Amino acid sequence: MKHRTFFWFFMPTGLAMLLFIALPILSVVVQSMHTPHEAVLLTVENCTPFKCTEETTIDQDATAALRAAEPLGRFVGLDIYLDRAHLAIGEVGEAWASSASWSAFFSALSNLPFYRAMSFTLVFIFTVTPMVIILGLLIALSVNSIYAQLRGIVIFFSLLPFVITPLIGALVLYWMIDSRGILGNLLQWMAGDPSLSLKASTGLMWVSLIIYGIWHAAPFAFVIFYAGLQTLPQDQMEAAQIDGASRFQRVRYVILPHLMPLVTFVTLIQLMDNFRVFEPIIGFNAEAHATSLSWAVFNDLGGETRQFSSAAATSVITIIGVAILLTPVLIRTWRDFRGKV
Amino acid sequence: MASRAQNMPVGLRIALTGFVVIWLIMAAFPFVWTLWGSFKVELDFFSIADWTNAITGHRTEQTYGSPFTGAGYHGAWVEEGFLRNVINTFIVCLFVVMTSLTIGTLGGYALSRSGYRYTFWLLITALIFRAMPPITLVAGYMLPFFQWNVWGILPTTIIVLVAINQPFTLWMLHSFFQNIPKELDESAKVDGCTQFQAFRYVIIPVMWPGVITTGLFSFLLAYNDFAVTAMLLSEDNRTMVPQVAAFLGTTYTEGNIMFAVAAVVSATVPLFILVMFFQRQIVSGLTAGAVKG
Repeated sequence: MKHRTFFWFFMPTGLAMLLFIALPILSVVVQSMHTPHEAVLLTVENCTPFKCTEETTIDQDATAALRAAEPLGRFVGLDIYLDRAHLAIGEVGEAWASSASWSAFFSALSNLPFYRAMSFTLVFIFTVTPMVIILGLLIALSVNSIYAQLRGIVIFFSLLPFVITPLIGALVLYWMIDSRGILGNLLQWMAGDPSLSLKASTGLMWVSLIIYGIWHAAPFAFVIFYAGLQTLPQDQMEAAQIDGASRFQRVRYVILPHLMPLVTFVTLIQLMDNFRVFEPIIGFNAEAHATSLSWAVFNDLGGETRQFSSAAATSVITIIGVAILLTPVLIRTWRDFRGKV
Repeated sequence: MASRAQNMPVGLRIALTGFVVIWLIMAAFPFVWTLWGSFKVELDFFSIADWTNAITGHRTEQTYGSPFTGAGYHGAWVEEGFLRNVINTFIVCLFVVMTSLTIGTLGGYALSRSGYRYTFWLLITALIFRAMPPITLVAGYMLPFFQWNVWGILPTTIIVLVAINQPFTLWMLHSFFQNIPKELDESAKVDGCTQFQAFRYVIIPVMWPGVITTGLFSFLLAYNDFAVTAMLLSEDNRTMVPQVAAFLGTTYTEGNIMFAVAAVVSATVPLFILVMFFQRQIVSGLTAGAVKG
């Protein structure tokens, strides 16, 4: 295809991505280095016959004029990244110097919003991802071995947790796990503790969020692995059987190696998706116990006082995190590409 | 496959079937439970005294004289005007799907037919864009949108959702177009078609299955979005998902939470129908990217 033809075909989609993805990323970076102007203060001396008092007022006109002239605010460099709401360099240094033990240091860190968000996000990523893969594999292997007529039904019901709107799926589970819901009741009965409540327990909240994460993503892994099982070479399976491989050995040495590229694919997608965990935190009303970077951006942007600079700084940190997670994918794609050429 | 199924020990077979049944209950039960509970009053759906009330509707019967009530639905659809949010959602989804398919097929076709090296870099850029959490982009939109006075209206949200959908749409359509032999459009060009005519009259007619699958995923992305619609739409223009969140935000007074339950069930119905009719396409779309790498 000629360059010129290619350009006209690609222009609409290219323009959309340039204007609404590339530019916003730039705008976020710029925004994160500016902070709103402080109000212009005006000091007036009021003298009564007896004494003089100094009064400081906000010069509304001058403030408005300054803010209109430079809507971005004043340039502060990396200050916002280093403040308490983000990387909190000062506070971390202080905690490091004053903490006697590791546990004291970590408990000091967990009071800082950024590290609180990161600790939940990391636990979420590294529990949900392996569990999704294991559960997905188990379902795929089981479904593959049951009656063929039932498979359509199984796939239909399995797809529901995956296509459901994340916020709505989270709410549906939350209402059941709520202390007055059916699962919450069951938990209280099993633990013999009628005061057990999701809202009061950080541990229970984390477990519930992780269960939601697994419930939501397992069908994706299942469908991918199930499709992979359909392309399994039958002669290899038969050869393994003739050589006396047990059922477990066939799964371990024939099926798993065949599915390995798909496992890598699902892992990479899951790492990226779980990093931006956001809707379940809203749905579970969990911000007192668990937060994430995406939630922090959402929280800054919403509400009466929209803190654009703080949101922008968190966004940039999130983008850097995504970039780190994405590096192995990019290296893999690059290798594939070079292999083809 | 049949031979392997026959020689499977009965015990293992029962265990595997049991496992599948447990998974099915895990996957489907929450929806059944919420659907059933949406016809109850709050004191039954969240029963402190006795959990069986949620099944029998004891309190509902005391209040309304029947174990089922449509009060939650009445509240959501009539009192709170949920219909407006439903209409907004379908306007947004319709335009997002149409626009992203139009510009996505053009772009995906070009990427699959041009042999130059820059197509690889464009695809890689799209992959990076696809990994960006939408909420980080929203942080970049809000200030400019406020200044240009385009914040809060449906067209802005539609354009933003189209753009955010593009990387995914491009990748999916690119992999579908790769499966269509290049000889097809080359022979059309030999017969005197321009590139665009070859695309329009030769390639698109055989691409329908791929276009429909991609359209489904575009629809799901727009329908399921919360971050963009919650931040970029004003109160009057809200779509369904941010409206459900708003129901929760208002105080948990009695009845109000049941509005949210009814709204959640109403918003699930279209997805249920979608999976029922397009199961095959959803599965093929999910595996299209994976199996080919």
